[in-house]
Amino acid sequence: MKRLLNKWTVLGVALLIVALWAINVHDWHQLWTISSTPDNIPIVAMLLLVPIFTWMGVRQAVANDRLIETLEADPKLAKTHHRKVEPWRPGWARELHVWPYLVRIEFLATVIVTVVLFVWSIALNAPLEEPANPNLTMNPSKAPWYFLGLQEMLVYFDPWIAGVVMPSIIMVGLMAFPYVDSNPLGNGYYTLRQRRFALWMFGAGFLQWILLIVIGTFIRGPGWIWFWPGQTWDHNAVVFDKNVDLHDMIATSGIGKALHLGFLATNPFKFIFGMIVVTGFYIVGGLFFHWLMTVDFKKITFRPLRLFPKNEFEQKILSRTSLLQYLTFQFFAVSVLLALPVKLILRLALTIKYVWVTPWFNI
Amino acid sequence: MADTPDPKETKQLTTGTDGKKSMLEKVKEGTSALKDRAVDEAKEYKDPQETQLWKSIFRVSHDRSDPRNRSLAILSNVFLHLHPAKINRDAVRYPFTWGMGGITFYLFIVLTFTGVLLMFYYHPTKADAFRDILYLEHDVPFGKLLRNMHRWAAHLMVITTWLHMFRVVLTGSYKRPREFNWCVGVVLLVLTLLLSFTGYLLPDDQLGFWAVTVGTNMARATPMLGHEGPFGPQLGLTAYNDVRFGLLGGSIVDSNALLRSYIWHCIGIPLVASIFMAVHFWRIRKDGGISGPAPVVLESEMKAVKKK
Repeated sequence: MKRLLNKWTVLGVALLIVALWAINVHDWHQLWTISSTPDNIPIVAMLLLVPIFTWMGVRQAVANDRLIETLEADPKLAKTHHRKVEPWRPGWARELHVWPYLVRIEFLATVIVTVVLFVWSIALNAPLEEPANPNLTMNPSKAPWYFLGLQEMLVYFDPWIAGVVMPSIIMVGLMAFPYVDSNPLGNGYYTLRQRRFALWMFGAGFLQWILLIVIGTFIRGPGWIWFWPGQTWDHNAVVFDKNVDLHDMIATSGIGKALHLGFLATNPFKFIFGMIVVTGFYIVGGLFFHWLMTVDFKKITFRPLRLFPKNEFEQKILSRTSLLQYLTFQFFAVSVLLALPVKLILRLALTIKYVWVTPWFNI
Repeated sequence: MADTPDPKETKQLTTGTDGKKSMLEKVKEGTSALKDRAVDEAKEYKDPQETQLWKSIFRVSHDRSDPRNRSLAILSNVFLHLHPAKINRDAVRYPFTWGMGGITFYLFIVLTFTGVLLMFYYHPTKADAFRDILYLEHDVPFGKLLRNMHRWAAHLMVITTWLHMFRVVLTGSYKRPREFNWCVGVVLLVLTLLLSFTGYLLPDDQLGFWAVTVGTNMARATPMLGHEGPFGPQLGLTAYNDVRFGLLGGSIVDSNALLRSYIWHCIGIPLVASIFMAVHFWRIRKDGGISGPAPVVLESEMKAVKKK
């Protein structure tokens, strides 16, 4: 059976989506206005730079992985073969003088960066709006682009979570990363196969962050309303807020009425209900990450149904992980990497406002 | 001592009594001797590297054919001494490091330089701030270029910081023994973002004003520290004593907020960031230089965990 998911079908589907989108663009001028705003240029630049450097890294990782595969298969070769993709050759010095071999690269880099900055600064002017006026609200009033991820999070969470708790958790989580990663391999060289899970987790976080920034920049218009790229930013647009809390949604639904669940909308039952939902989310989330951590995707079969085949390598890594490391990772993974997309979907697709309402805070 | 005239001869010159040579000849002789000496000394100055002035500044011979001098060029230079004298031959390959850490540091220097120049033309007061920007853009020679460069370098620095982190993750360079330096790096990322954010308010225009209003409004929702945050009111917090009040120096974004963000932006955060940068660079060396490109380690060579 030919694999349906090869690079050509992916490319084809991607092109089809872009074409369908391009046909539906009503307002190219609006699109140009957003992407050519001087303060948005860095994001446009990132949309190019991130793929370029990802490619540069992945290319080296693939080369290393090939070498690792060869050496794993041939223990004799592993004992004699040089362990780098670009092996050292007899007659070469193993070490170089920093002067001039490193210093000249650094000098060249500063010259290039300086030239780039001059060209950029001559071509584009830093924005300057009207003088500050507390009586005239900017609409949309946007934070600098690198904080738009946080501002976009305000849509899905209350300010104390989006503005304070989430950034703190992200920073502490980043610092905890080296201490919970118990995999000793892949230290100092590019590899994908030896660090599958860690790279997926970090990649997912980085991607979410970039995605939120892109939404905040290109999609959120006046009133922080969702405008698809190509739609005109209508300052008179009104969106009726039809979001409801989860307990109200269940209590007033047909099934809820049939099962006499109306009491869920009253205290203390809505408090207890929310607590159960959030606790359940952490348990399910933890199980999900555990599955992701240990599963061997290549061995998953549907007939016979086998959804939890173990990956031997990941099992080895797991046996090196202490309980504290494991639980710390689970906390940060569920609280950020899973909570964010789940709440995004709940809010945007299912119009759910809060899942846990208490007199002191709402989640 | 040949050039100092003999007291006896001097007497003869002044008195004009008979001598072997006339006074004019003596002067001529003396002048030509002085000239010869000057020419001889000037010839020595032809090689500036041999002068006392040069040697006092550089101390090391710049004859690079001697490998020892190449090492000394790094070791005896205060700006370069954070480098090792020699490095792994693969470590200079650009695709491995992407050079993003170094570029980030260079951008910090560019920002300090342009920032100091900008400070000459700026007053952090409500009456002057916005007008100073207009003067800067229209009256100060190259003022617009200066401001543009400061802003774009700041944006670029955020990007290069992210790419640097991305590379460190991809190469697993945060692993033992570099865990702590990764944490220092995360703090530096936060400081970079805060530096950029505090600078946003300084032009005192609508853009900065509303961005900072939105940003600091989040602070009033801080749990237990903000008057609208969980457990804030229960702890007696109001708009006049919570964390947002402390950040802004008032309950609204006004002149005190401008002054505070100016001081944080120009003095406070750069000072803290410099300290963290010093630790960051120091630890790179102490942790054994950059992490690679290291030889690959095989799964079968993974050592068992030590049980105490």
